[in-house]
Amino acid sequence: MKNKINKLSQKQAFWPVIIFLTIILFNTIMTKGEFLSISIVDGHFYGRIIDIFRNGGKLMILAAGMTMVLATGGTDISVGSVMAISGAIACSIINGNLLPGLGGNVAMAIILAVCAGIICGLWNGFLVAQIKIQPIVATMILLVAGRGIAQLITSGKIITINSDAYYFINGGYIFGLPFPLYIVLFLVGILLLFVHRSAFGLFLESIGCNSLASKFAGIKVNRFLLAIYTISGAFASVAGLIESAGIKGADCNNAGLNIELDAILAVAIGGTNLMGGRFSIFSSVIGALIVQSITTTVLALGVPAAYIRVLKALLIIVICLSQSGKFKLHISKIAVSKKKEEAVAL
Amino acid sequence: MREKLRIKNISLTMTIVLFLIMFIFGSVRYDHFFSLSTFLNLFNDNAYLMIAGIGITFVLITGGIDISISSTIAFTGVFMAYSLQKGIPSYIVIPMALIIGIIIGAVQGSLIHYFKLQPFIVTLAGQFLMRGLCVVISEASIPITDEFFKFMALGRIQIKLGESKALNGKIYYYVLIFVAVLVAGLYILKKTPFGRAVYAIGGSEQSAELMGLNVARTKIGAYIISSFCASLAGVVFSFYTLAGYGLQNMGMELDAISSAVIGGTLLTGGVGSVFGTAVGAMIQGIIQTIVTYENLNTWWTKVTIAGLLCFFIVVQRIIAVRAESAKGKSLAAA
Repeated sequence: MKNKINKLSQKQAFWPVIIFLTIILFNTIMTKGEFLSISIVDGHFYGRIIDIFRNGGKLMILAAGMTMVLATGGTDISVGSVMAISGAIACSIINGNLLPGLGGNVAMAIILAVCAGIICGLWNGFLVAQIKIQPIVATMILLVAGRGIAQLITSGKIITINSDAYYFINGGYIFGLPFPLYIVLFLVGILLLFVHRSAFGLFLESIGCNSLASKFAGIKVNRFLLAIYTISGAFASVAGLIESAGIKGADCNNAGLNIELDAILAVAIGGTNLMGGRFSIFSSVIGALIVQSITTTVLALGVPAAYIRVLKALLIIVICLSQSGKFKLHISKIAVSKKKEEAVAL
Repeated sequence: MREKLRIKNISLTMTIVLFLIMFIFGSVRYDHFFSLSTFLNLFNDNAYLMIAGIGITFVLITGGIDISISSTIAFTGVFMAYSLQKGIPSYIVIPMALIIGIIIGAVQGSLIHYFKLQPFIVTLAGQFLMRGLCVVISEASIPITDEFFKFMALGRIQIKLGESKALNGKIYYYVLIFVAVLVAGLYILKKTPFGRAVYAIGGSEQSAELMGLNVARTKIGAYIISSFCASLAGVVFSFYTLAGYGLQNMGMELDAISSAVIGGTLLTGGVGSVFGTAVGAMIQGIIQTIVTYENLNTWWTKVTIAGLLCFFIVVQRIIAVRAESAKGKSLAAA
């Protein structure tokens, strides 16, 4: 039994799952059980837990893509802008402002929006892999320009749309569960299969640990980087679709604003090393749930929303410190010197 | 080293030529564009960007990055506006704001150097922390009514080079702060041991350490300079707008970084100049002016600047790759 627990706690997902369960337990006690209650209305499940899963959908998708980018030692801070672009394209097409020849076809709108996300990802990947710009600067170009492009697509206006098929992306239910959850299961499932059933994951880890050595070992590093940034862009565009379906329109100024820190935070909580190397997509998805439940908890406790950002920023620094080898060294040095002092005193 | 110097010279020459081309383009295309006041307004409207850009140049030369500066500017503005509203006099508020800037830089620099955290994660967290604190202090924009601030906002020097209207212009007093920062930056970077150490660390941190340079002091110093300049830019910006607002200058760090890159600073570190950054910021100013004259959506400014940044980075890469292959050939020939 003890052996089993030891083995479990070795897994990367162990602590994130424990933290998530603790937050839920805390909420349950604070609300005297109301938090866990799930009611069924019209055959749909409603409740705070379901809300966390539904609202956390975007973040889970982003975190899955971001995990791989961070695993290579890079970063993608353009995801929020890519979300804005994909929302703007989808809504403009449905609205008939863009490509009126399609007649507001929802399926085509979604496909084209995802294509735009893939192009954005390819662009980021091209800058990072071929031109060798630092990932932070390469993606920052799209972070700033992306919102501008989205504004130009919608000509600076907030677009509202009227399409039940499009609303379904965020508000729909299948077998009583919200539709975003199925999108998450589908995308993350494919990604997990791809990463763990092929050598992709192994190569990814090796690029993150030492990209030069991986190159000499015969891994086509550039092609991998291109693929990873493309996946991140595509996932961001799907998250953008969910967001714009949620607000029933495209708001280029606020869609996905500041969500990149949430995504990075989710990955960090999941225990992926932000310097590159060891990673776990599943843990990051749990991390995204933790970030979402923290937001829900803080709001439920009546703390102003402004404090959440401060809290998250501090949290990310603490997690990074706990991952830093130097920090551990400092702490252990202090501990050792204390022990020595005790020994001397004895 | 030689090819790196060449990169810098080519970039800087290109930048100055580009500036002249844009100015001539504007003068030919629009009436009233060609005038001293258009030129001087580039300083009036972009003094804060130039100051912040000069600060970030130090960090970029060490090979690091600081994306917290725009939120430092916003935080400084909100902090000062709030304190002034509470009745604290300006001669206490401004030094306090600058000290806060120094503390931010010291903390970020220490986290980056001592614990070997990645600069972008630390400064990204810093960015969110400061923006969060802005909103904690006040969600709405706070107007500044202090006499000194008003004096700085409105006080200006008339410059008259001739009788014609095109030869008249004015600069505001706060532009003099930029001039002081530029001179100080030039002096520190070129004439002091600290400045040389900044370049050395950018070239190779390991070599700098082996040479016996104080890497810790230099690196943290660079981040302190960056944050200090950002808070000074915040002070200048609040002279400019006479208000403090938490959502001001979103994404301005890209403007500052692209000023530096357009001015010839290498993002990989080791090469760069404060003067180039100032010219880079002026190019952005002229793009903005042209976009205004052309009556386009202001988002075009951002898109153009991002495109220009891309172009300059690609050019830098091509020159670097060529220099490397030339070196390889000469080695092979030998």
